[in-house]
Parts: sequence; C-alpha cells; structure tokens
Amino acid sequence: MIISVSIVIGSLFLIVFVIVLNGLSSLSLEMLTQTTEGGFYLGSGGGFLNAIVGSLLLAIPATILAFAVGVFIAICLQKDFLHARISTFVRLCLDILWGIPSIVYGVFALTIMIAIGMTESILFGIVALTLLEIPIITRSIDESIKVVPIGLKESAYSLGSTKVETALGVVRRQAMPGIVAGILLGFGRGIGDAASILVTVGDSNYMPTSIFDQTAALPTIIFNLMGMPEKAVQNKAYAVAFVLLVIVLCISIITRYLTKKSSKYLIK
Amino acid sequence: MRFNKASTVVKRKSFFTALLILFLSLLSLLVLHNTLFFFVFIIIAVIIISLDFIAISRQLFDAIGTKAIMSITIFIVVLFFFLIIVLLNGSFFLLENQSIGDLLFSSTWKPFSNKFGLFAVIIDTLLVTAISLVIAIPVSLFTAIYITEYAPARVRSTIRPFIDVLAGVPSVVFGLCALLVFVPVVRDVIAPFFGANISSGFCVFTASLILSIMVFPIIISLCIESFSSVPLALKEASLSLGATKWETVKKVLFRASGPGVLSAIFLGFGRAFGETIAVAMVIGNQELIPSSLFGPGQTLASLIANNYVEINSIPLLESAIIFVALILFLVVLVFNLGAYLIMKKASQRWKY
Repeated sequence: MIISVSIVIGSLFLIVFVIVLNGLSSLSLEMLTQTTEGGFYLGSGGGFLNAIVGSLLLAIPATILAFAVGVFIAICLQKDFLHARISTFVRLCLDILWGIPSIVYGVFALTIMIAIGMTESILFGIVALTLLEIPIITRSIDESIKVVPIGLKESAYSLGSTKVETALGVVRRQAMPGIVAGILLGFGRGIGDAASILVTVGDSNYMPTSIFDQTAALPTIIFNLMGMPEKAVQNKAYAVAFVLLVIVLCISIITRYLTKKSSKYLIK
Repeated sequence: MRFNKASTVVKRKSFFTALLILFLSLLSLLVLHNTLFFFVFIIIAVIIISLDFIAISRQLFDAIGTKAIMSITIFIVVLFFFLIIVLLNGSFFLLENQSIGDLLFSSTWKPFSNKFGLFAVIIDTLLVTAISLVIAIPVSLFTAIYITEYAPARVRSTIRPFIDVLAGVPSVVFGLCALLVFVPVVRDVIAPFFGANISSGFCVFTASLILSIMVFPIIISLCIESFSSVPLALKEASLSLGATKWETVKKVLFRASGPGVLSAIFLGFGRAFGETIAVAMVIGNQELIPSSLFGPGQTLASLIANNYVEINSIPLLESAIIFVALILFLVVLVFNLGAYLIMKKASQRWKY
C-alpha cells in the first residue's frame, strides 16, 4: 500500500522535477518577452510571448462562455426546476460529454469549420475548448449545489422569493466554493489541453489580432517543438512546458485559497 | 400586479459591473485594436445599466428566468445529439466508399492510395489501454484504500492535494516527461531485460506507462469518493465481529463499494482510450500491429493528431478522421452508459 502511494506521489514529483530542472536551464527572459521569429524551430532566437497570449485568448473566453452556460445548467438540475428523471438524463449526458476525449471536440469543431468554409482560427479553438469545459464546470457546480441544505431553500421560499431569486440569491451564495473551483478547474483544463486546439487553431508566429487569426498556443508549440530533430530546439520545449506547468500549479494553488476563503461565509 | 423597483444595492452592483465591462471594452480597443470585442462589450454594458431602469415585475422575471435556464439545459442535450449527428454525417462519405468491415478488419492505412484500414490501430489502442489499466488499477486501488482507511488524518490531508494537482497536469507535459524519462529507460533497461534488443524506446509499452500515470488520479479520486460513502456502521459491525482491518476492507468495503470502483475503472478506461497528445509523442506513430510490446504503434486518437494536416489534400481522409472520432465517441458512450447502469443497479441492491 505504501509502495503504491509512493508510486503515485513519486510520479508527480518526477514530472515536476524533470520539467523544472530542464525548463529552468533553457528558459531565458527574452523567451518570455519576444514573439516567435522565423528561425525559432531551427534553433535561432525568439520567444513564445505570442503563444502565451494565444493560450490566454483561447482559454479565458472559453471559460467565460462555459461558465455562463454551465452555471445555469447546474441551477436547472435542481429539483425545483426539473423533474428528477429528466435531470438524471441530463446528468448522464454531461457525464458522457465529460468522458469524451478532447480530440473528438477538436474534430467536431474542425468539421463545422470545414462545413461553413472557414480556415483554422482562434474562434474554433474557443468553440472546441468551450465544449470541453462545459461538462467540467457544470459537474463541479452541480456537486456543490446538491449539498446546499434544503432548509435554506425552504426558508427563502417561505419568505416569498421566487424560484429564480432563490437560485441566484441563496443557492448561488451557498455554492460559491464549488463555483470558484469549477471555473478554475475548467480554466486549468482548457489552458493545458493540446489535442482539441491542435487541429483547430493552426499556428502563427505573430501576436493574434482578431478572433479569425491563426495563433500559436503553449501546448501546441510544445508538441511542434518536440517533433523537431535537433536537441537544442527540443530544449526550448522544456522551457515552454515549465511555463505551462507553473500556470497550472498556480491555478491549483489559487483554487485552494479561494475555495477556503469563500467557504468561510457558508451557512452550515 | 405590484411593480418592484430594483433596490439601490443592486443598482450599485450592476453599475460597477457595467464599469468593469466598459473598461474591458476600452482595453480591447486600445490594446488589442479589436473593434468587434469593443462593440460587444459596449452592448453588454448598456443592457446591464438599462435593466436597472426598466422595472419588471418579479413574477415576470421569474418566468423569463426559468424559461431561459430551461432552454440552456435543453441546448446541452441538443448539443449532445448534434455531436453524434455531425460525426455520423461526416463519416458517411467514407462509408460510401469503403465497407465498414473493410475499415475495421483491414490493417493497411495508406491515405494517399485511399486505403483506410483501422485494424492495426484498433489492436494497438486496445493493447495500450489494457496494459495501462493493468498497471493503474492495483496501484490506484491500494492508494485509495490507504488514503481512506489506513492513513492518519494529517497524511490524508497532505496527500489529497497532490492527487488533485496530478489530475490537473496538462497531457502535453506528461508526454514531454515520458519522452525524457521513460523512453530512455525503456530503451536501455526494460526492453533488453525482456529480450527485445532493438527497441527505440518509442513503443507501445512506454505509451502504456505514461497513460497509467495519467489514469491514476481519476481512479483514485472516484474510488475515494465511493469508499468514503460506505457507512461507518457497516465497517464497525465487521470489526466488532472480530475481523481484522484487512478482512474488513476485503469483505465489507470492496463489496459495498464494488460498483463504484468498477465505474471508476470504466471512466479511467475512457480517459486512457482517448488520450491523444501524450501518446502521440511516445508511441512511435506507425500504423502496424506491433511484433512485441516494444515495437512502435499508433492509437486511434494519436492517428487523428498525426494525420489532420493532410486533410485538405486528400478528400477521403477528412471523412476517415471523422470516422475515427466517431469510434472514440461511441466507445466512450458505451462505457459511460455501462458505468451508469452498474451504479443504478447497485443503488437498487445496496440500500444502507
């Protein structure tokens, strides 16, 4: 038992250790502050600022959209709005969507893109990521709404508030830790996901200026860099992975902090 | 009907929200030079401010709100079926040209001569998934048992965050790590140990290793969830009858939470089955049935990642890729339904 625990924890430490060790040695300030230049994939200079911006431009709108959809679905899944049988069905749909590999969402966005005759762009990356994040965010919010004490809702109803008022005013406040955790979980998944955006956003060496541009993103340039034969080029991938890992770890720490902070005011 | 004006608190709050959105719109105009975002933000801000001045009755607001919430929920269900229809529709083109038996049971994948046999890829996918689960299941089960039953409270609360972090690590980082650590280890140590001397390290076994690590957090956290929902009284009853701790785990905990464990494994299977990037980085990317575990292969998901580039030059390839995505979708669908049915049956049988 101790062995298996140490395998699990050890593999996490191995990953962090390897990436930090290799990433720090090949990371430099100019990589973070410059955009990609022509020879980036051949060994010459340039950085990946445009990929960082690209990743954020993909993940932030996708998270906002997925949250806007997810929070309402999670509210709707309560007994107040839907019959239990229907909400079980919707939950099953969400579970299946949660389990679908991200590449399928990528191919889905790609199919739509080809069907309406457009080329690869940020827009379709956002579409794919939004679809990917909706089930994650919804499930997380749903779990925290489920444990809202029934007495709280009943007292809101008995004071004469309507269903929507109760949901937005009382249940939302009580489910706040779950909502925060859900958003950040979705964001972390979105920013780290490579498969869905690999097939939808293309690649570019410049800062994205509109949502119809192609862009580079952190996960995709790691994948592209590792495909290059030279060792010096591959080392850059570790630097990118280090940045990505730092972002993800920060999100995880922020989640922990915010959940703790927002659960301070809960009524138990 | 009595009209209820929005209270001052709400007004102040929406004012600040509108201000924030106006700020965002300016930001998008000045920094990103993007007029589209600018207008979208402006419109949202105007709507938010104007909502405060239009007094609508609470009942009307409730009715509209309920309808809006319902329609969003319907949207997600529609989306679910829309996904299936789009994928089916896309793969229809391929199925017209090649019979489904030909697709599934021939192993020549040559997009340039319009041959799309998936047999080798399917075998590889099943092999990789099976090996990774064989590694992952015992390790994650023991870890979950340790965390719920044996670990002292302080250890438990230190280990849990680590597992959450492991779940959040991007798959491309896993792939990079596998490339750096597992590929040389497999090439120099493990493959020669099993007698396969000419392995490049980019093989089915390496992919399985990294997949098993990626599956750990899913199985562990789901198992912990179902272990800790077993009522204490059941365990106490077993202990009071003189069973040892391990006997209690084996005979009470496992039986009571067996369906939960099984559905956790099913979900882990889904994750391993569809993982793309990490696998594509280490599996060697050749569409053939591997001669041994240490030969290169290709999974369904990594096939998509490696072939989407030529989509514009070969018309049938697009359809073939959609078909592969459809297979992934359907398999995950079946396994999720399986997990759901098991849980449902178990909840009817186990009422405690």
